[in-house]
Amino acid sequence: MFTRKLCIAALVAASLFGMSAQATDITGAGSSFVYPVLSKWSATYAEKTGNKLNYQSVGSGAGIAQIKEGTIDFGASDAPMSAEDLTKFGLGQFPSVVGGIVPVVNLQGIAAGQLKLDGKILADIYLGKVARWSDPAIAALNPGVKIPDVKITVVHRSDGSGTSFNFTNYLSKVSPEWASKVKFGTAVEWPAGVGGKGNEGVSQYVRQIPGSIGYVEYAYAKKNAISYAQMQNAAGKWVEPSAETFAAAAATADWKSAKDFNLIMTNAPGDQAWPITATTWIIMYKKSKNASHTKVAFDFFKWSLENGQPQAASLDYVPLPAPLVQQIEAYWAAEYKN
Amino acid sequence: MHATVSSNVPTTARAEEAARNARDTRNDRLFAGLLKACALLVLIALIGAATSTLWLGRDAFATFGWGFLTSSAWDPTNNQYGALVPVMGTVLTALIALVFAVPVSFGIALFLTEIAPNWLRGPVSSAIELLAGIPSIIYGMWGLFIFAPFVATTIKPWLMNHFSADPPDGQVSWLVQHVPFIAKFFSSEYPFFGAGIFTAGLVLAVMIIPFISSVMREVFQTVPTRLKESAYALGSSTWEVVWDIVVPYTRTAVIGGIFLGLGRALGETMAVAFVIGNTFKFTPSILETGSTIASTIANQFGEAEGLQKSALMAIAFLLFVVTFIVLLIARLMLRRLATKEGS
Repeated sequence: MFTRKLCIAALVAASLFGMSAQATDITGAGSSFVYPVLSKWSATYAEKTGNKLNYQSVGSGAGIAQIKEGTIDFGASDAPMSAEDLTKFGLGQFPSVVGGIVPVVNLQGIAAGQLKLDGKILADIYLGKVARWSDPAIAALNPGVKIPDVKITVVHRSDGSGTSFNFTNYLSKVSPEWASKVKFGTAVEWPAGVGGKGNEGVSQYVRQIPGSIGYVEYAYAKKNAISYAQMQNAAGKWVEPSAETFAAAAATADWKSAKDFNLIMTNAPGDQAWPITATTWIIMYKKSKNASHTKVAFDFFKWSLENGQPQAASLDYVPLPAPLVQQIEAYWAAEYKN
Repeated sequence: MHATVSSNVPTTARAEEAARNARDTRNDRLFAGLLKACALLVLIALIGAATSTLWLGRDAFATFGWGFLTSSAWDPTNNQYGALVPVMGTVLTALIALVFAVPVSFGIALFLTEIAPNWLRGPVSSAIELLAGIPSIIYGMWGLFIFAPFVATTIKPWLMNHFSADPPDGQVSWLVQHVPFIAKFFSSEYPFFGAGIFTAGLVLAVMIIPFISSVMREVFQTVPTRLKESAYALGSSTWEVVWDIVVPYTRTAVIGGIFLGLGRALGETMAVAFVIGNTFKFTPSILETGSTIASTIANQFGEAEGLQKSALMAIAFLLFVVTFIVLLIARLMLRRLATKEGS
């Protein structure tokens, strides 16, 4: 009886509190890549301001479709929208947070970061042209490392995803053959290998198949203790995946000359840049359809860009570098008119 | 009763009776109409779902024509789609599931109705019903984390040792050397990998066993004790009673139950997406990876646009067609059995 009374009291208190805060609930939909950090941000933000964010991670394509129909306050997409589409629908876009995608391998006796790969070999492996780990091209990059002579099993994502989009985009940039045969997209016709559903599916498959190689978001490789590979970046330097190298990629990508931030930052030029780094774009109407909601949405993203670092870092995302944040805020001032 | 009118009854009573008759007729008609509406609702929902998938998939059908059915391409970046691999995968996994699920379900149902002591029937029946209630994502997770590794280490090596031309133990079996083509059905590009068509079929079997066995158990219980007792009295064994009395008596319902399970296996999505390997290469081998219609849709619908979305809708329509053909075959089989019995 007592507990029941307590419950009712708590409910009443909660509803009173909810009313007194006069919260504005904003809604967004799209990319699942950004979902973990958005939900963490929105929890902290709701504590501070009482404004709640309702985000549905339905996939980038669906997010874009919904923002075009104007049913949500913002969309989130792993692929940037083209300038044409943005103008056509009166939309603007800006990057939100950075994350890294890492090749992971299951090779006996090879520790995390011990194996070195460059873009060309990675593409050849995914094309099915390099079929064994004993391939001389791999050995040439890894002098002194004893790589077991087993067959390579390629693992890719089976579901359409931003992770695949950025990974295949990178392969297209480093391999002309990949660019002409397979191209890039959220889902492609994979020339080789098996498909795991989600990051979870890919990391499980890689753990189960000896000699396999896959690609996952950095957080999954870290959490599941799968060994990742070092990569040679566009500057020719060897880099390991880490917050620093992801940030370096975001900082050295050529945002200045990218209109509407329409730039996929894989294969970034910096010395320390991790080559397969990704971001998610937030897409909003330039001319607001619902002023009070848009105001809160901007406030939320401003807050997250300026104060969201600890939450992002705890989930292995990297906050945008300061110059890029300034550029985004300048873009807001110039393009968005309420 | 009130329909019989006697001349002795006073006129008021007769009028009352007539009024009641009229009311009854009206109510009966209303009730019949209501029932008809319920039945029509199902029909409308079915036709609506089928035509809307056909309509939304019209671009894919128009672009690829009949080639859509025979092409094994699934290439979103070049917009080339074909339904062959998903359709084959759907049918194959469902058949494998039936091959394992039907005998096991039959055994469970027989055990529960004929052999099990009374105190055991309750708990086992509840356990089966509980299995039926487990969400498919749980089966998928179980398949991915536990069952697929088990297949990779135990079942697949055994199958490949006995039936494939490239066995892990290096000794090609007598069967493979003497029976042509059999090795084609058991080859595997990734011998150490548990996921694939066969694994998906086994997981589906576990998923549909509760459905088939509970239907079988229900109908086996409807067999009159009189018939069974008579057979036992004539000296029949339990098996003879089952095969000659129980099965013929319940045949129609048993086949209905099997097709209920088959329907579920054809449309299962999440569990299959986790354990089938999701590739679009055409292969006759059940140990290779593949994909089904439902798993393809689950995997790609979220990010699909334009022709890809249309192609996904088109294969959804093909799932209707496949299911319809399967049900048609079931009906024909039943009719065949019925005429055989009559002759």
